[in-house]
Parts: sequence; structure tokens; C-alpha cells
Amino acid sequence: MSFVAPPSSAAGVDLGRILDGNIPAGDPSTAWQRRRQEYKVVNPANRKKFTIAVVGTGLAGAGVSAALGELGFDVHSFCFQDSGRRAHSIAAQGGINAARARRVDNDSLYRFVVDTVKGGDFRGREAEAFRLGEESVRVIDHMNAVGAPFAREYGGTLAVRSFGGVQVSRTYYTRGQTGQQLQLSAYQQMMRQVQAGTVKLHPRTEMLDLITDGGEARGVIVRDLVTGKIHAQPANAVILCTGGYGTIFYLSTLAVGSNASATWRAHRHGAYLAYPSMVQFHPTCLPVMNPWQSKTILMSESLRNDARVWVPKKAGDDRPPAQIPEDERDYYLERKYPAYGNLSPRDISSRAGKELIDAGFGVGPLHNSTYLDLTQAIARLGRDVIWERYSNLIEMYRQAVGEDPMTTPMRISPNTHYTMGGLWVDYNLMSSIPGLFVGGEASYSYHGANRLGANSLLSASVDGWFVLPYGVMNYLAGKLNEPKPSLSDKCVTDAYARAVERTEALLAVNGKKSAAEFHRELGTILFDGCGLARSRESLTKAISEIRDLRAEFWSDVRVPGKSTGINIALEKAGRVADFLELGELMCTDALDRDESCGAHFRVEHQDEGEALRDDDHWQFTSAWQTDAPLNFAGNPDLKFTRHAEPLEFEAIHLARRNYK
Amino acid sequence: MKLTLQIWRQENTATSGHYETFEVDQLDSGMSILEMLDRLNEQLIHAGKESVQFESDCRESICGCCGLTVNGRPHGPQPHVTTCMQRLRMFTDGSTVRIEPLRSASFPVLRDLIVDRSPLDRIIAAGGHVAVPAGTAPDPEAMLIDHTHVERALDFAACIGCGACVAACPNGAAALFTGAKVTHLSMLPVPSVERKNRAEHMVATMEENFGPCSQYGECANVCPQEVPLTAIASLQKERLKSFFAARI
Repeated sequence: MSFVAPPSSAAGVDLGRILDGNIPAGDPSTAWQRRRQEYKVVNPANRKKFTIAVVGTGLAGAGVSAALGELGFDVHSFCFQDSGRRAHSIAAQGGINAARARRVDNDSLYRFVVDTVKGGDFRGREAEAFRLGEESVRVIDHMNAVGAPFAREYGGTLAVRSFGGVQVSRTYYTRGQTGQQLQLSAYQQMMRQVQAGTVKLHPRTEMLDLITDGGEARGVIVRDLVTGKIHAQPANAVILCTGGYGTIFYLSTLAVGSNASATWRAHRHGAYLAYPSMVQFHPTCLPVMNPWQSKTILMSESLRNDARVWVPKKAGDDRPPAQIPEDERDYYLERKYPAYGNLSPRDISSRAGKELIDAGFGVGPLHNSTYLDLTQAIARLGRDVIWERYSNLIEMYRQAVGEDPMTTPMRISPNTHYTMGGLWVDYNLMSSIPGLFVGGEASYSYHGANRLGANSLLSASVDGWFVLPYGVMNYLAGKLNEPKPSLSDKCVTDAYARAVERTEALLAVNGKKSAAEFHRELGTILFDGCGLARSRESLTKAISEIRDLRAEFWSDVRVPGKSTGINIALEKAGRVADFLELGELMCTDALDRDESCGAHFRVEHQDEGEALRDDDHWQFTSAWQTDAPLNFAGNPDLKFTRHAEPLEFEAIHLARRNYK
Repeated sequence: MKLTLQIWRQENTATSGHYETFEVDQLDSGMSILEMLDRLNEQLIHAGKESVQFESDCRESICGCCGLTVNGRPHGPQPHVTTCMQRLRMFTDGSTVRIEPLRSASFPVLRDLIVDRSPLDRIIAAGGHVAVPAGTAPDPEAMLIDHTHVERALDFAACIGCGACVAACPNGAAALFTGAKVTHLSMLPVPSVERKNRAEHMVATMEENFGPCSQYGECANVCPQEVPLTAIASLQKERLKSFFAARI
């Protein structure tokens, strides 16, 4: 049966082509082994002739920098932070999944793949989930060897715990700071290559534009955030590991510096963006407590191993939680999803919480949260056990809220967390621009419409250490006689001129409002229009509001200071300008996808509050192209085209998700 | 609430700095010090003035990016808490708060409240890593590690690299930072293979870039991760081991 993409119900969207994900034909469980056998390699003596620009030094970026450096390539790595250690992978708390399947809980590679594909509501690639599970074993081995002190059983073997959307225990962890330990280990391995001279690290340096030559990626334009100097780094290949863009909602669990600019600039050059509207709202974030709050801190999902989630059965019940008797509490996840209970997947848990909050059952001074209650587990297991498992989370909550989770239930509410969407890549992690590779959260791989907990540290590590090195080397093997551009080549000087013009244009508007004010307004528009629940009406309204806000930005933003020297207001303004374009595409994608799946919940498509997929029409990945003049620094008219990559499931039975 | 802020302003490393006084009002006691600076910067933009330059990223006490000296104390008045998690409820309404960069001769001011902490990265580059190339690692369960031992290793591994220990030290030493990494890696089976070379190289780089440790212990008093002061003792031990190993 040949695939026909459905027409778009979003105004002005053109239908594009049918994309080939370049997935090895045949059995998906052996696809990765077969693909690796086909890959070409570069002889060690030739590797130093190739320059590779890596943007972002999180788990994926630091990993691939270290791995390519170890192989002998000439690597240039860039991060906007002052050190390669700080990328937001560091904040991941709960753990990293691996299909090592040593225990007798009947875990297996196959079960890992079922959980991941089903968790993603059948909108990700099956063969990639197999690769993710297969390489997960080497990730644990490697990270343990290079210094991650994984939790151990008393007998000395590795400890595991459970995470949402899964009925076995396959999550490896280091207290509530797994991301920190993996990130620091990856950073240290990258610094080893810095010392060896194979990796040149450029901290406090932000990517402003992509260099393309003949349609292939040939380097990046960056700004030194200390001197303000804009310069070019020509390369034979470019790898973006620049993370997610949840900060587009203003309030999110991300670092305040996280941004979409590298992704969006590459997209404007022609790299397709897949599922831009697929954003995960994490069910266990701290609620909004004051109007100047700059983020919503995440409390790890791992807490749901021991903590129970509840609200009072009576709306507006303002008694202190300890005074609400057991039979007057609604443990709503256990009630609605008895099979998975408090470990139901994030999209489902978030929606269940938000529905109750919206219906007036919310708790706390602003009635904007639900309880996450450790007190029963403390009574059962003792204070010491709970403290050892979650001490840093408990400490963080105490600092942020001023209450003690050991005696009072924590208050949580869903907020923006992870973007499943990202740059479209083929099975080799190469984008639609040859030579431009994407790893980690910046790409859309693996997670479909919803990511399972503890699969993000895994996908970033697998991409960085064990997928990108093979694919990038395969690409370069055919390019031995193609030198990277010189600084005076037209493709470089054009990209440089564009970046300078855009920077000066931001400074020249000289209006009245700060970029942060525009960012907050955009966040509100997106949260209301393209948040946990979306409708034709809310999305149509959001698109028009974003267009108006973008026009206002380019006539009324005020960016103080100069382009030389440190200027945090200028950095912020550039990122917000890109968000204001991406936001329109996000809403267009959500309006276009006329079904519910995973995190994308269209109120028109539901069955008693559960997402209703439409596999007959929408079993494909949307990969978007945006057309607008590249050499124009200002408010552009964006023209969108939706390409489609059909999804097929051979090993996993396509089914409706059921966590009941 | 309302506060008067005395904030350090400095154009760049080559120029000298001064304090500038600002009034900020409509503050909420639940705001963090950094959110107060966000608020101030918005106020400055509306008044047509330049922003106060400061840096931060995760704002949940784990990335180690923020780090200011608040009322003379690295990170702020609340002990063992990063600047991003220090809340305004600690200050009396109407009081004056002095905010300056982390102070150390090893951390030159780049602009306003932003300093250059790259010497810490140089210590890690010198030896804070493990010579196991990707793909060659052994099975972690072939080497059993005692539960309590690995938890203790994590106490040292928890360092966030914020540099407050250096700023708190009267000598500007980085012994707690270096000791934490040396101890963490020495406690784990695979990384401990290189412990002798590692200690030698990291200590040499530390001494090139920072002051000597006199064991005042001020570092451990401010450390947001409460890295144990024993990290410094371990550093001496590892260093001695490395000294003798080089001569046998």
C-alpha cells in the first residue's frame, strides 16, 4: 500500500515530499549491526585532516567530541557556558535506562523496545529503539569506567530502580544526580582530549549561523561572548548537540540559557524540523510561586517509586494535608491507571494532574498544584532509606519552597520539560543538509510523541559515544579530497555578513520593551494555545498572536549596550527572536496534526480523556521546512511545507496505549 | 519588599571597578537573588541603561554557573546554598545588600559580576579523567564495589565546580576542588589505575594557578555540595603516593 500524506487543515501549509529515513531494510533488531558493517571508515593517518565542529557540550556533545578526539579527528567544540561541564544534561536527576536485563523480572531488549515505542505512542522509529537498547549496555560499561559512581547493592553489583511507563527495573542511577555524574564524566573525557590536543574547546562561544556550501554543511559562524567578536569556524562536518527548546515557554525545567538558536538557524538553512510541537510536560515540577519566577524546578520522577500522588477528594479543601483523612484523598493516578499507578508515563500523569487542578482540586496557596507524598514511604521504610535515595531532591525542595518533604507532602504541578521534536535526521543521525549531524535532544530521534523517563540520558549518551562517531566517519570517508572552505570563500563571508547584520539589527531597533518581556508573553501564548491540551481554536489564536508579537518585537525591543564585550541582553534578544519564529511553526505543526498522540493532545480527538490516535492518516513523522529569506534581519513572513516520513512497525504490535 | 543594592560594576578586566547603588521594589520574598537581578535589569532597560552583567544557567544549584559574593560571603548569607537558590526572605525589607563577583586573584573579572574560572578547567584537563577509550570498558559487575564506598565516592564526585571554595579561601587555594576530583576517581576501581600520575599532574597545575592551602577550612564552610574537608587530606596522601611511586 503506497503512503499518501493527508492534506493539511492548517492555513497556508504546503505538502512536501515523502522522506526516506534510510533505515536498513529487514529485521529491525539486527538493523544496527548490519548498518555498521556497511559503513566506511577513515584511516587513522587521515583523520586529523578532517575538522569537525561540535556545537554544545552536554552529554551528547561532550561524548561525541571525546569519541572523535580519541579517534584522531580535529575537533572544535563550542558551548555558550563558561565551561564544558555546565550543559543542562547535568540537571537530569533520576537515572539512565539500560536493557542489560540481568535480573529475573523478565526484562529484555525486546521489552525495552516495546516500552520505548509504546511510550512514544507509535510515532518514533522502531529500528532506532532497538539501537538505543542495544547500545545502552556499552553506555553503562563506559560511564562506569570513566568515573560515574553508579549506586550499588550491598553485594556490590549495580542497583536499579523503576521509572514511569515501565513495569520492570532497568534504571541505573547515582542518587538523584545521575545527569550530573554522567555529564561530568563526559566533560572530563572531553578535557582529556583537550589536553591531548585533538579537541579545541571554545567556551563562552555561541553559534549564530551555519556555513553551507553546495548544499552541504561546512562550518559555523560563532560569537565570542566575552569580546563580542563574530568569527567563522570552517569544517568538513558539523554536529549539533544543542539540546531542547522547552525554554520557549519561558517557564520550564530547563536552564535559563537553553535555547533553539542553533537548531533554528540550521532549520532556516533547510534542515527539516520534525514534530516541533511535541513537548513533554513533566508531571512533578515545583509550582509557580511568584510572578518573577524564572523557571520551574523539577523534582525527579524517581520520587514516584516511593511517593504517592494525590489531591483532596473535595474541591477547595484547604486543610493542611496531614489533617485530610485517608478516605478523603484521591490518589488519582492509582485510581485511573491501576496497572502503572504512580509510575504512569509523563504525558498521562501530567494531563491527569492538570485536569484536577483546572477543576478546582488544586492544593497550595494558589491552588495550582497536587501533592507528591513521601510520608507513607517514610513510615514504611524509615527515614534513612528515603534520605539516601532522595537526599539531594529533598534538600532542593527545602531550599526552594521552605518546607520539609520528610514531614509535609511536596507540592507539584506539570510544566515544560523535554522536546521530543527537533531537527529531523535519518537513521545515521544526518539531517536533511548533508554533513550536518544532530545528536541528543536537539534531534527528534527515538522518543516519538512522548519520552519515557531515564531515556534522555540514554539517548544523549548513545548518540554521542556510540552512534555519531560511526555515521560521521562514514560520511567523511567519501570526502578525502574535499577540503573545508577557507575564511575568504564566499560561503563563509556570506554567512559571516548575515550574522553581523542580524546582531546589529537587534541593537538598532531601540524600542521600549526588554527581550525578556517578549519572552514571557510568548510563553503565556504557547502555554495557553499549544500546551498540555490543544484545540483548533487555541492554536489558530496562538498563531495570530505570535505573528503580532514578532512584529512588535522587531519594532519595539530594546537591547541596551553594544555588540562588543559581554552583553547578556543582546544574547537574550537573539534567542527570543528565534523563539518567536519557532513558536509559529510549533503551533502550525500542532494544528496540522489532526489527531492526539502522546504529548500532543488535541481536545477534538479523545476517548474519555485519553489520547485518540489516527493511524490510518497520521502514522508518519512530520518534518517541516520553513521558507523565508535568509539575508533579512527583521520580522519575516514564514512559509511552511510539511514533508512526511511514513512509520512502519514490524516487530512491535501497533496498539492503543493502555496503562490501566 | 524593597532593597537597596550596591552592585560591582567593571567594564572589563583591564579597567578598575566601582560600586553602583540601585533601588529595587515590588520584590517577593520567595524570589531568588538572581531573579532580583533579572528584575533590576528589566528596570534598567526601561530606563535606557545597560544591564548588570551576571551569569547563571540551571538555576537549580547543580550546574555551578552562578556564584556571586553577597554581603561579603561567596554565594550568599545562607551556608551551603548556591546563589541561584538563595531567597530574598533572608533579607530584612528595606535593607542594603552588597553584590560583587567571586573574589580571587585566580578569577579575573571579565565584566561586572562575571569572572573567568577557566583555571579550574585546566586542573581537570591536566588529569581529572580516565584513559579508557570509548567502547573498551570492562563489565561494571566484574568489579564489585561496596555500597557505602560508592556512596562516599559520590560525596566527592558531587562538586559542581562553582569556585566558591577558591573565593572563600584567604590564600585563594583550589585544594578542595582538586582534592574532591582526585579522591572521587581514586575510590573507583577503573579510574584508580592512574591515580599516581593523576595526582601529580593535577596538583602541579593547581599550584601553577592557585594559592597554597593552609587548611583554614573556609572552603568547606561555603561549599554548596558540602564536599568533605577530608578531600584535602586525601590530596596530600595521593600526592605523597605519587612522589614515592616516581622514585621507586
